Amino acid sequence: MSQTVFAPWNDPDVKPLIQFKNVTKRFGDFIAIDNQSFDIYAQEFFALLGPSGCGKTTMMRMLAGFEKPTEGTILLAGQDIAPIPPNKRAVNMMFQSYALFPHLSVWDNIAFGLKRDRMATDAIAARVEEMLKLTRLEKFAKRKPHQISGGQRQRVALARSLAKAPKLLLLDEPLGALDAKLRQDTQFELMDIQEKTGTTFVIVTHDQEEAMTVASRVAVMDHGRIIQADTPARIYEMPNCVYVADFIGDVTIIEGRATKSGDGYDIAYAEGQPTLRATTDKSFENGQTCHLAIRPEKVTITAERPEGAANAVQGKILDIAYLGNLSTYHVELPTGQIIKSQIANTRRLSRRNFTWEDTVWLSWTETAGVLLEG
Amino acid sequence: MRRMTWFNATSLTLGFAFLYLPMVILIIYSFNESKLVTVWAGFSTKWYGELFRNEAFLDAAWVTLRVAVVSSTIATVLGTMAALVLVRAGRFPGRTLFSGMIYAPLVMPEVITGLSLLLLFIGIGLDRGVFTIILAHTTFSMCYVSVVVSSRLVSFDRSLEEAALDLGCSPAQAFRLVTLPIIAPAVISGWLLAFTLSLDDLVIASFAAGPSATTLPIKIWSSIRLGLSPEINALSTILISFVTVGVISASLASKRASLRRQAEERAAVHA
Repeated sequence: MSQTVFAPWNDPDVKPLIQFKNVTKRFGDFIAIDNQSFDIYAQEFFALLGPSGCGKTTMMRMLAGFEKPTEGTILLAGQDIAPIPPNKRAVNMMFQSYALFPHLSVWDNIAFGLKRDRMATDAIAARVEEMLKLTRLEKFAKRKPHQISGGQRQRVALARSLAKAPKLLLLDEPLGALDAKLRQDTQFELMDIQEKTGTTFVIVTHDQEEAMTVASRVAVMDHGRIIQADTPARIYEMPNCVYVADFIGDVTIIEGRATKSGDGYDIAYAEGQPTLRATTDKSFENGQTCHLAIRPEKVTITAERPEGAANAVQGKILDIAYLGNLSTYHVELPTGQIIKSQIANTRRLSRRNFTWEDTVWLSWTETAGVLLEG
Repeated sequence: MRRMTWFNATSLTLGFAFLYLPMVILIIYSFNESKLVTVWAGFSTKWYGELFRNEAFLDAAWVTLRVAVVSSTIATVLGTMAALVLVRAGRFPGRTLFSGMIYAPLVMPEVITGLSLLLLFIGIGLDRGVFTIILAHTTFSMCYVSVVVSSRLVSFDRSLEEAALDLGCSPAQAFRLVTLPIIAPAVISGWLLAFTLSLDDLVIASFAAGPSATTLPIKIWSSIRLGLSPEINALSTILISFVTVGVISASLASKRASLRRQAEERAAVHA
């Protein structure tokens, strides 16, 4: 019995919930969003990821209605939303600062949006109770926002934005103010709530781990453009350019020249050194500049030259970053190129094989690296 | 606790004497039996009785109160609106000029403000009375309100209003349900400031007042010119106790509020 994978973006028959069509947003001379077109599907957990100033927040504020696109249209369920003011949109937002109303209790904060819809009093009460239960805040209903902890405030903000059952929920750096441990728990909670309510979530974050954990698709942004939008696994394993490879996770990038040979390419990366091997779907011309991106965990470190390895280079350990469960070795090749190798620390520290200044062999397979255009 | 040194005790006594001796003397003499203000002739409360039979004083007090309530209310509305525009409107041509012009009356000599108002009232043929005093007091006290309110608005998190809009409020509802309750303490203190300024203003009121209406400060000032009367002492004592009770209860209330807030925050940490 096979479970259907949630991937509406691969299904041409599914109509997207949100469509950006050639959207440009300028603030004066500054181009915040540069002619972007993309789709977000119903029930997706879509992450906009990028460094600060890349345009991700502008994108979200246009969806909420606080900014209007300079050019292009944004469709929500097929309808152009530009003329609709924020208070008339079936879109709710969870603010980075939470923006809880300090003069209202937790209960009244959650009920705020419902009251604006002129719902019946008992219907409001029922909905608020439901939200309190969903976010496990029943005990705090009568408290004011300054009387609860940061994690609880975050949950109130989430409950308030979900109360009106929006078609689309926007989350602006929702976990930024929480400490690392609480953030992890909350990430799973968010995914859980997203699944339970079936609401489409769009999250803005600069934390790549957060985006990878929660999102069904991640859009990596830079300078007002979406560089790559894909599932976390594909973003990580198959980045489409050096920027994405470098932005997501740890990576070693080796520049070289590609030469077709067999079903892969030989990459000459330094004078007098044997070439490296990599396979790829892309095609390169002979002698074309390319970048080989290799994730550290795909590089094996050994004392002796491993037999039959597609790629093996010798170098000296320059640095060891000990992370507890993992150690990252920075190995310098005679050419000056540094390659990172990450090893799980399955043995106790005292039994570790390698230390600083040791000469070691690094090896990886043909398929381990991703070959990117220059 | 450290004991106070002789030097500290002396400076404290001198300082407080400097501040309060005049008032203490005034209060003591308000209970003087004699009509002569400087000669003590035994304890009596008869001047208080005289005061409450004095129609002119009572009228002036009534006018003062009405003027203070109405002018400070109008000033609060206008001052809050001005503060909103100055803080919110962002950059527009002439913004610096506008904010300068809002604050200028704070440093303008009162005589000049009063005189210019008088010229205006004469120029447009407005009869001077309660209405003109209200106008004059609104004019100068709205700047104070706008200073107080805008200092609160600067630290106001705009995302609160955006959240209100996002949850379905019209901009007017967002202001009424979110912004106003949050800036209310500043608006109230602005109102109180305007109220006190109006209560004790003499200079501007004397330009704007006419024969039909006199405020209490003007009445006191003009009756002193005819000679000091123990009635004035009694009136001043009443005003002083009025202010004292007001200040003490306000500070007690705010202290209690801050203690309660602290206790609540402690409770939240332990929750």
